[in-house]
Amino acid sequence: MRLIRSAALAGAVALALSACGGGEDIEAEAPEPVAAEEAEFEAGSTMAELSEAGEMTIGTKFDQPGFGLRGLDETPDGFDVRIAQYIAAQLGIEADKIKWVESPSSQREDLIVNGDVDMVVATYTINDKRKERITFAGPYYVAGQQIMVKKDDSTISGPEDLKANPDVKICSVTGSTPAENIREYLASPDQLVTFEVYDDCVTQLENGQVQAVTTDNVILVGYVAENEGKFKLVGEQFTEEPYGIGIEKGDTAFCEFINESLEKAAEEGYYEEAWKETAGAYEGTEVPELPELEPCA
Amino acid sequence: MEFLTEHFDDFVNGFFRSLSIALWGAVGSLLLGTLLAVFRVSPIPVLQGFGAAYVTLVRNTPLTVLLFGMAFGVPGLGINASFYLFGVVTLILYTAAFVCEAIRSGIATVPIGQAEAARAIGLTFGQSLGLVILPQAMRSVVPPVGSVIIAMIKNSAVVGAAGVGSDLFSVYKRMTSALGYAPLPVLTAVAVAFLIMTLSTGALLALAERRMAVAR
Amino acid sequence: MSAPQAVLFDAPGPRARRRILIASVVAGLAVLALLVVAVLRLVERGQFDAEKWAPLVDPSTKEFPQVWGLLLDGLLVTLQAAALAVVASLLIGVTLAAVRLSLGRAGRMPLVALMELLRGLPVVVTILYVYVVFLATGLDVEQFWALVVGLTLYNCVIIAEITRAGVQSLPKGQVEAGLAVGLTKSQVMRLIQLPQALRAMLPAIISQLVVILKDTALAIVVLNSVHDLMWHANKIRIFLDNPLQTYFVVAVIYILLNLVLDRLAHWTQRRLSRAGTEKVVDEANAPVEGEPRRSTTA
Repeated sequence: MRLIRSAALAGAVALALSACGGGEDIEAEAPEPVAAEEAEFEAGSTMAELSEAGEMTIGTKFDQPGFGLRGLDETPDGFDVRIAQYIAAQLGIEADKIKWVESPSSQREDLIVNGDVDMVVATYTINDKRKERITFAGPYYVAGQQIMVKKDDSTISGPEDLKANPDVKICSVTGSTPAENIREYLASPDQLVTFEVYDDCVTQLENGQVQAVTTDNVILVGYVAENEGKFKLVGEQFTEEPYGIGIEKGDTAFCEFINESLEKAAEEGYYEEAWKETAGAYEGTEVPELPELEPCA
Repeated sequence: MEFLTEHFDDFVNGFFRSLSIALWGAVGSLLLGTLLAVFRVSPIPVLQGFGAAYVTLVRNTPLTVLLFGMAFGVPGLGINASFYLFGVVTLILYTAAFVCEAIRSGIATVPIGQAEAARAIGLTFGQSLGLVILPQAMRSVVPPVGSVIIAMIKNSAVVGAAGVGSDLFSVYKRMTSALGYAPLPVLTAVAVAFLIMTLSTGALLALAERRMAVAR
Repeated sequence: MSAPQAVLFDAPGPRARRRILIASVVAGLAVLALLVVAVLRLVERGQFDAEKWAPLVDPSTKEFPQVWGLLLDGLLVTLQAAALAVVASLLIGVTLAAVRLSLGRAGRMPLVALMELLRGLPVVVTILYVYVVFLATGLDVEQFWALVVGLTLYNCVIIAEITRAGVQSLPKGQVEAGLAVGLTKSQVMRLIQLPQALRAMLPAIISQLVVILKDTALAIVVLNSVHDLMWHANKIRIFLDNPLQTYFVVAVIYILLNLVLDRLAHWTQRRLSRAGTEKVVDEANAPVEGEPRRSTTA
């Protein structure tokens, strides 16, 4: 039993209760981004539409501690979620008017292309192939890929050790960038095991079905902290993963609006505060600065 | 169709991976299914009950529930094996229930006189089943068992979801998400690959059926 | 049920009875031993620990209402998807059968080809295909509908096959009589053949419902925002960290639902055969995993 799980569950219940009762202020420490009161946007723009509707649908991960983690109740929390809430607030949309949709790595583009979500904030690495189908705003954070193993494991101390140990299985998420990046370090593709969500990879690491899990450092740090003393990170970060915000392809105005919002969040100190309360709460993380934004094209 | 030229190897590997899942699934489920069918027609009440309970429980459970229960539950019992093996075993356990029912219905088509004649000349249950009934039942069993096997080939598409990796479906997800190809052409190729498997099996079975058909 | 096995062995005499008793005891012990080993393993691994089960079975825990709330939400979605797919499959399937039977050999070729195509594809591929086509055409449709349409595309073909077998099993005289009293061919189909065929095929059709209900659980493999029973089961399993227990409970829910449908099929079958006017087509009584037997007289 992962103790922290029931703690998370208890927290989720508490949150749900406090949301109903309104008496307790467990939530008070979360910086509620204040919804812009009179946001005005060019007619016909995505911003105008969303602002008019007063609600929006956002895709995020439901299984990533620190970035997007959802309890058994309906609202996820994490750095991605806070960033998304801030952008929504700039549109005049309150946090409780956001509909969250789980967006696993393999389905993020589909969700955007299909119009199932208005944007995706989900540890979403910007790359050229993806840009063929969607547009990225940001990046709002730059992560790097690393490897997590069991605490007592001494065979693997970095990606280079995978080729030498062809029996070792390494787990990542189906269709994700980390799964793709790790391939060049493998002796055979059979070493790679994939699941839809990282939680499943961590469960299987615990089960001994796989010997390592790989993805971006910040995500792994969350799992290390959550499962006290069970896992550790090994080796250096071997990639650079700029996280962007996925929106419909060609919506330059919306992209620029998001980038302005990100800069504003950084200026106001919201960015840093949000980080400290979510992903930054884990040991081994540093407060980032907003990376240089890519031009919207 | 550029993905086909750029990643033809991965695609072919995926095809053979899926094919091997289906092949092992077929062999295993035919063996286990026959055993269960023998249980169900045997004179021993305990075995009859076991066979009936197995079929009822397994047949009414969705394959995905069994698959995820296996991939996540069994390692928790301290039993570790490759996800490929877990997937194939799940497919076998699931399909065997249907094979059992198909064979049982085949046994029912053998004229009663055959069994009576076998008993009249003093054959035991094992002898009359093994020497008289089953060989004849095999003929009428081919179409329904064939249908079960075709259904199983199709079900093998599901198995990749539980960690198996590098099967056709995992290749699809990798191509469309990590590598960013448009989904429709890739999925069409996956569909064609499965059609090759199911339609050719169907044709083979039709041939076998015609060969084995006997006027009674 | 007992007809096939009863002919395989004589009514046992005293000696055979003794042998059967011994074999029963041995088999019983073997099954028991298997169970004991399994249970011991489960106990040893803490699978019967209260913390694994309590959220699922103990109403006094704080998780219980949450967990069952989610399971019921999921069940509702599962039932909705299944019900919609069933109704649509029936309507389209029967129409398909009627059209196919009324077309000439050349005319039905494309239709038959399409049906064979749909039958040859894994349902997960069909469901995903529908979703991807929705994407490609820019249709703004929820994933739920991709599941419903995907299931319908596959199952309407099966229903069409069942119906066709039913119509073909009717005596020729029925059609001839209909034509003789001046009905058109389509009237004969609509007023004489289909009603009789459907009545005879009802048990087979109800059995197909079991297949559809089970197949809704395939959505989890290809779609992510259809929050059906299986989707919630996965989420609950992750949060409670109790895969065996959660999937056990969910399997029981599916099994119970399906057994109810199964009863219904048996009940209709008995009612129909008691009515005695219909010859229930034997072949159709046990559709095997969505594949009715191919008729050799195609």
